[in-house]
Amino acid sequence: MCGIVGLFLKQSSLEPELGALFSEMLVCMSSRGPDSAGFAVYGTPAPAGKLKAILQHSNPDFDWSAIGVALEKQFRDKPSVEVNSTHARFLVKTDVQSIRSFLEANFPEVRIMSVGRRIEIMKETGLPESVVERFSLRKIAGSHAIGHTRMATESAVTTEGSHPFSTGVDLCLVHNGSLSNHNRLRRRLGREGIEFHTENDTEVAAGYFAWQLANGATLKEALEAGLEDLDGFYTFAVGTEDGFAVLRDPIACKPAVLAETDDYVAMASEYRSLANLPGIEGARLWEPEPAVVYNWSRTQRCEPAFRRDNRIGVTAWGVSGRQKSSQPDKILNPSSRV
Amino acid sequence: MFTQTVDLAKTSVRTLNQRLHDLNAERDEERWRILNPRGAHAIACGLRVQVTVEIEGHAGYYCAGMNQKATVIVHGNVATGVAENMMSGIVHVNGNASQCAGATAHGGLLAVEGDASARCGISMKGIDIVVKGSVGHMSAFMAQTGNLVVCGDAGDAFGDSVYEARLFVRGRVNSLGTDCIEKEMRREHFEILETLLKRAGCDVHPEEFKRYGSARRLYHFQIDNASLY
Repeated sequence: MCGIVGLFLKQSSLEPELGALFSEMLVCMSSRGPDSAGFAVYGTPAPAGKLKAILQHSNPDFDWSAIGVALEKQFRDKPSVEVNSTHARFLVKTDVQSIRSFLEANFPEVRIMSVGRRIEIMKETGLPESVVERFSLRKIAGSHAIGHTRMATESAVTTEGSHPFSTGVDLCLVHNGSLSNHNRLRRRLGREGIEFHTENDTEVAAGYFAWQLANGATLKEALEAGLEDLDGFYTFAVGTEDGFAVLRDPIACKPAVLAETDDYVAMASEYRSLANLPGIEGARLWEPEPAVVYNWSRTQRCEPAFRRDNRIGVTAWGVSGRQKSSQPDKILNPSSRV
Repeated sequence: MFTQTVDLAKTSVRTLNQRLHDLNAERDEERWRILNPRGAHAIACGLRVQVTVEIEGHAGYYCAGMNQKATVIVHGNVATGVAENMMSGIVHVNGNASQCAGATAHGGLLAVEGDASARCGISMKGIDIVVKGSVGHMSAFMAQTGNLVVCGDAGDAFGDSVYEARLFVRGRVNSLGTDCIEKEMRREHFEILETLLKRAGCDVHPEEFKRYGSARRLYHFQIDNASLY
């Protein structure tokens, strides 16, 4: 099962309320994913020249000051540190590769949740409500957030098996579904130099998108390439520095509902998660079509999605049945006549 | 006008459904009004007597599932599996329906004012479904009996592996599924269609529809068709 939610604010006026609005969306999806929960919030940017790194240690009493001291010695700049339960946010004057190499060499027990200018990924096992409480998510401000509630099927219930997965600088992925070719793809990407830390299928998808992006693909191109290379079922939500994207597999195995108003775009596995958003009564509601990339960003003009994919009838929840990208020859495999 | 009002902001779906299940005689005169559904699952499932239930807002999964005799009207959208396994009665959705609308249903009428997404009428077994908008991919997959009427368009793989259900589409069919073919509209089909359109309050003419159904090539195994299974 699993539940995914995303909330992207078009205007800055709602930013202080992002955490509160988003928390309710996430907790509402507890019935779809009670094992673990996680989220990526895009908050205040790191000061110029600095990186925001979110680190995690399984011991909530871990002494983060030692890492602060080591980072200062290595990068000759005193990092600022803010501890939030099992996670800590460091603002460090360095680049992505240097901090990754340094931490892996010197503090292998510390996990890097995310690195970027704005992204902050936090995730833990437990009921979504307990994860929201643990990180005081309701108080966190930002422009957008994506989150996940997990019902594990493909790998163990652990912090590192929880979503979101970081896919690169300021990028992350959440996934509802399961992939069937992740073992082969993991080996293939491993040969390309992509590292994996779990047996989790979504980590492979995250690594795949990271690899595509590193090879020059745009986010849309990377997602569209995924339609060919990722075998399985999925609804993906991808967070970027200034926006988010949604993609469903070509036969739309996993649910997704989108809502758009003048103030926000919200997505969730089920409408229940959207029901408490302000102005939802007047929102345009629809199901994203299979195999179509939907994306929004603050730096590009936000076109209404129904105009972007140029299809009639995609103005509300149901879809119109004009999926030009689904592939009947490929998907039709009626295994038996019962 | 309403004899009962139940606010789901204050009452659980389980309590509501239990109250509806406790009705043990026909209640032709009763109209129940359900407020604040907010996408909750299984609203008005398993009703067994004649009673009218109106849901004021969007309903979640399996709304009016297993319905017998009751009339359930949704003033909003419904999520996956509306009227799933309905036996009789009427389910009327004023908005759009998500996937698997009317799945496996044996009887009754499901009318959708808007669109229905993928797998509408999958494995239907006698239900009549009238969708005023369009239906998504793999609709009427393995549909056995009953009628599916689509006033708009149908998505990919329409009627794949269909048995004896009658499929009527007014608009375009993106692609037909395995063993589904266009068939002649005979007088009895016009009559069936006219009745269904009238019952669903659809102001379009039966002459505008095409009929699709099974080519019956998959009924008996033939080695030449092995790749189609």
